[in-house]
Amino acid sequence: MAAKTKEILLDPLFNNNPIALQVLGICSALAVTTKMETSFVLSLAVIAVVALSNVAVSVLRNYIPASIRIIVQLTIIASLVIVTDQVLKAFVYDISKQLSVFVGLIITNCIVMGRAEAFAMQNPPLPAFIDGIGNGLGYGLVLMVVGFFRELFGSGKLFGAVIFPLVSEGGWYTPNGLMVLAPSAFFLIGTFIWILRVFKPEQIEEN
Amino acid sequence: MRSNSYIFAFAAAVCAVCGIVVAGSAVSLKDRQDANQRLDKQKKVLTVAGLMEVGEEITAQEVQKRFSENVEVQVVTLKSGEIAKDIDTATFDQQKAAKDTATSAQAPTNRAKVQRLPHNANVYLVKKDGQVKNYVFPVEGKGLWSTLYGYLALEKDLNTIAGLTFYQHGETPGLGGEVDNPKWKALWKGRKAFKDGKANIRVIKGQAGPVDSAPYEVDGLSGATLTCNGVTALLQFWLGEHGFGPYLTKVKG
Repeated sequence: MAAKTKEILLDPLFNNNPIALQVLGICSALAVTTKMETSFVLSLAVIAVVALSNVAVSVLRNYIPASIRIIVQLTIIASLVIVTDQVLKAFVYDISKQLSVFVGLIITNCIVMGRAEAFAMQNPPLPAFIDGIGNGLGYGLVLMVVGFFRELFGSGKLFGAVIFPLVSEGGWYTPNGLMVLAPSAFFLIGTFIWILRVFKPEQIEEN
Repeated sequence: MRSNSYIFAFAAAVCAVCGIVVAGSAVSLKDRQDANQRLDKQKKVLTVAGLMEVGEEITAQEVQKRFSENVEVQVVTLKSGEIAKDIDTATFDQQKAAKDTATSAQAPTNRAKVQRLPHNANVYLVKKDGQVKNYVFPVEGKGLWSTLYGYLALEKDLNTIAGLTFYQHGETPGLGGEVDNPKWKALWKGRKAFKDGKANIRVIKGQAGPVDSAPYEVDGLSGATLTCNGVTALLQFWLGEHGFGPYLTKVKG
């Protein structure tokens, strides 16, 4: 059981990463990763939502009528997302302002519903919870990596602390403007997938 | 196969529980959220008035203390320029008022593309030793992608600009988003808003030079002409006859 738990938790990080392998949830990964701080908070929000929605769906899995299961999952997920949004607004107002609509868009993040349908409907609450944490972490990992490069090369900072002083503020670093725009996240995610598949050739799709 | 009545009952139960959870969190966190919003606004006013540094980390109590000690909030009727005495300054929300058809009107066609003009608007008087030091006016208008919301601070002569800051916009980061750049914001200080009684401050293409040789002009942001034009238009609109013009005339006497 212990080995299985570990597998459920760590598998989504590299072996079955929701963004890198399943290519889910790209939209928010492009939008909020200009800074590490916002990437981090959105990662936490997604982890919380996936884990809790998995638990809720798993608890109800034997009672949910099959004919309305998708809409029931959606109702649960949407409620959790609204609660998360409210909590962020109340406790980290500045960051929630920067995340703007993207907290609400967790509802449309395919990872959440994908895990509810694929895992939580068949498994008891505890493994479902761990699966949710794992997938949230896998998503968060990619966000943090992308955010790291975008913030460092786009604005010379990490978590808002100056690493490369900018020319416009009297330093030496000329920021790379592409990094603050959304397309750079495509390149970074592509590179991430490429590097991952060099080490894990089994992830390469057959033609 | 479950019966239809079971399905209906289940759906109703899920809706009820989710509804209670959502409503409960919204209601119980509302006070905190409102406080955050108020605090955020107060911080912006303090920043543009120079009572708080950009990026300075201060506690909520400190913000409130500085705000209540130094800032007097007024609600003025835009058309007449008079102070609207029957409106509670503590609860007045200009953005809400602009959305409500009862407290706003269709704005005349304007280059700032302001759609609705509230009847009343906030003015913040920043005081030092009992004397008014700055007047802070909320301004808003369209840039390239988004509406820019900000505050313009004038010195007590109601002509010299003390600062301009935007607290909300969705312009392109690195291009139009540079309206947040402290270096660019510093260029505004000391420029004159009015020439012969008309709002004349503008953002030009290229470099404007020092305050003495170009009192009405500010450097443009390269690659952000439309955002800059928007800034020019919104400042001229809010300082003009449909904006705070009547109020400014009244105060100047």
